[in-house]
Amino acid sequence: MKTVMSGNEAIARGFYESGGLFAAAYPGTPSTEILENIGQYSEIQAQWAPNEKVALEVAGGAALGGVRSLAAMKHVGLNVAADPFFSLSYQGVNAGLVIISADDPAMHSSQNEQDNRWFARAAKVPMLEPSDSEEARIFTRKALEISEAFDTPVLLRTTTRINHSKSIVHLHERENETRKTYAKDISKNVLLPSNARKKHVVVEERMKRLADVCNTCDMNRIEWGDKDIGVITSGISYQYAKEVLRDASFLKLGLTNPLPKKLIREFADKVKEIYVIEELDPFLEEQIAAMGIDVHGKEILPTIGELNPNIIADAFHKGVKKPEISVQIPARPPVLCPGCSHRGIFFVMKKLKLTVTGDIGCYTLAAIPPLEIMDTCLCMGASIGYAQGMEKATGDDLKGKLIGVIGDSTFLHSGITGLIDLVYNQSKTKICILDNNITAMTGHQEHPGTGLTLRREATSKVDLEALCRAAGIQRVVRVDPYNISETTKVFREEMSADEPSVIIADAPCVIRARRKFSDPYWVDAEKCIMCGMCHKVGCPAIEKDENGKTKINALLCIGCDICRQVCKPGAIQKPETETRN
Amino acid sequence: MSMPEFRANSEEGVNIILSGVGGQGVLLASDIIVEVAMNNGIDAKKSEVHGMAQRGGSVISQVRYGEKIYSPLITEGKGDILIAFEKLEALRYLHFMKADGVIIYNTQQITPLSVYFSKMEYPGNISEICAEKVQHVFPVDATVTAETLGNLKILNTIMMGALSNLLEFTTESWLDVISNRVPKKTIELNRNAFISGRKLGLHEND
Repeated sequence: MKTVMSGNEAIARGFYESGGLFAAAYPGTPSTEILENIGQYSEIQAQWAPNEKVALEVAGGAALGGVRSLAAMKHVGLNVAADPFFSLSYQGVNAGLVIISADDPAMHSSQNEQDNRWFARAAKVPMLEPSDSEEARIFTRKALEISEAFDTPVLLRTTTRINHSKSIVHLHERENETRKTYAKDISKNVLLPSNARKKHVVVEERMKRLADVCNTCDMNRIEWGDKDIGVITSGISYQYAKEVLRDASFLKLGLTNPLPKKLIREFADKVKEIYVIEELDPFLEEQIAAMGIDVHGKEILPTIGELNPNIIADAFHKGVKKPEISVQIPARPPVLCPGCSHRGIFFVMKKLKLTVTGDIGCYTLAAIPPLEIMDTCLCMGASIGYAQGMEKATGDDLKGKLIGVIGDSTFLHSGITGLIDLVYNQSKTKICILDNNITAMTGHQEHPGTGLTLRREATSKVDLEALCRAAGIQRVVRVDPYNISETTKVFREEMSADEPSVIIADAPCVIRARRKFSDPYWVDAEKCIMCGMCHKVGCPAIEKDENGKTKINALLCIGCDICRQVCKPGAIQKPETETRN
Repeated sequence: MSMPEFRANSEEGVNIILSGVGGQGVLLASDIIVEVAMNNGIDAKKSEVHGMAQRGGSVISQVRYGEKIYSPLITEGKGDILIAFEKLEALRYLHFMKADGVIIYNTQQITPLSVYFSKMEYPGNISEICAEKVQHVFPVDATVTAETLGNLKILNTIMMGALSNLLEFTTESWLDVISNRVPKKTIELNRNAFISGRKLGLHEND
């Protein structure tokens, strides 16, 4: 049977068909839907972890315990999981273990565009790169087979256009689950230096055996065409290159670490000019050049951003004429949703002219107009470390004016250690946790603070307030972020405290909770003086009429009341109906 | 002016760009086109980006179908059809289009917030700019039709109905997929929406 699937759905399907039994992940675009889809298969234990390191450790433990396992993450997630990743290469597995790295060239939803193919090479782990959804399904199975045959974790490396593109997939039945027995083996599984030294030898021998096998494996194949141009490529780049250079000869690589050197030489010997077409870094190109083969690549193709057919066509002087548009088009960036619980907090922070170290989530949108209140955003959890470091460097300059802001899911991911550190090191740092009780930006995934599992079964719930107190924070205050005057008062008090403080903004994500406070608000046009204050809160429901007066979009407004509180002339009005919830 | 024909068995297949604003149902609409093509025995792919783009931002989805499709991304300058659920979002992706292509745009205006706090203006002559670059430009009042049918969420199905006038698939083929993909309670509503969209027809501005 055939169906249409995204790469993420196909990876989940491939894992299911391979008899997979355990999967863990922390949500991260573009990888999130892998675990969500695995969760649809009741045979598989699928669970959200608080971060990628834990996800990989739990999946590694499950593989050691004898079941085929998977850990999925976005590219920067593998940075967090790098510690277990590198050492799992030494330890090996029992049942198969596949690790998905979903890279994000062009940074559609990321803070950098690192090329995670280097991770495979650095950790000496075999790597597969599918080029469409059908290959994503097949390669997931191959990854598990290689993992078991060579006693190694395997990296399945995808990019956004593989994860989020859809193409036709042929479905197969699930194969019988196999459970391998666990046998204690200290020399393999305890990486004491004396054992690890021996294991490094095993790793190098394994890579040599793989280097032989990959010359003949069916994931690496030659498609002969015109021999004037020979293209070596992998992943999504293969599709773009085929689109533009239909007649050329191709060496399509699916297994890209280690490289099939014999096959590459065989191909190179028969074509006139060799072009390596790859996104981001010259990962293949440098290794092929080091073999003494004359190749072209990054001299005509960018190392920045995504490739696409236009870039390749231009590089090969096959450019396509396209319309030139001269008119300026107003941007339509993503915005905080109407009624979002974050809006009031950022409005107060702006009013108090705070310096704000930010973090990763929907609330990073507070860095763009009209709020523009966030000073930094580096990586998951960095808001807390940054706030402490800035405080220690700036001393009195930013006293009472500096705060770190972090979401609940991000706090549980990697904010806790930063909080412990600031208490331990006698800082007076102020932190605001935006607790909307969900991992919102990636599309509403549960986490250890929501009280629900991936399959929405009730489970224990982390008490953020008690957690902060246990770390040594004496001042932990909750605020209702929809009450501007109360929130302002609490911020004033806490910012001036002579000790560290955590303010928890306590309000669920309105989208997730399907919250509707009241019927839509409305504007008394006679009272509106067009001061623009209401537009500064950046709510998509606040528009202008033809006279420039404020108008509220009744389809979008959920009655959160923030705009009414900031409207000085009192033009914005509550509806006359009862407030609902 | 004769209507162009778009056939899956043409040399480069059919390239369709769908655009709109987060929440308008662009992604489901593009899913439906791909499934209709697959059910007709045609190779098909689509591409879009999830994540930040869903927070009320501009959304684009690209659909390609034909005998053998490689790239899920459309080559800029080779777009056959651009179907925009909001008219500014037609302009934003106009550079994808070939000169003898077709643009269908919903006449609704959703002003981006940036217009309210910057000096940028919502362009007033979108239809003219589109017509300068692309041969066929068809406005449709799909939002008005959705309001008449009593549910703004079926905007995407109405747009699919309008689009279906240009493609080779039967009404049954579309309705089969739509019925499978929408919530059970709304099947009848969506079938009506598709038919209404198809009946809107395509009429060029003078």
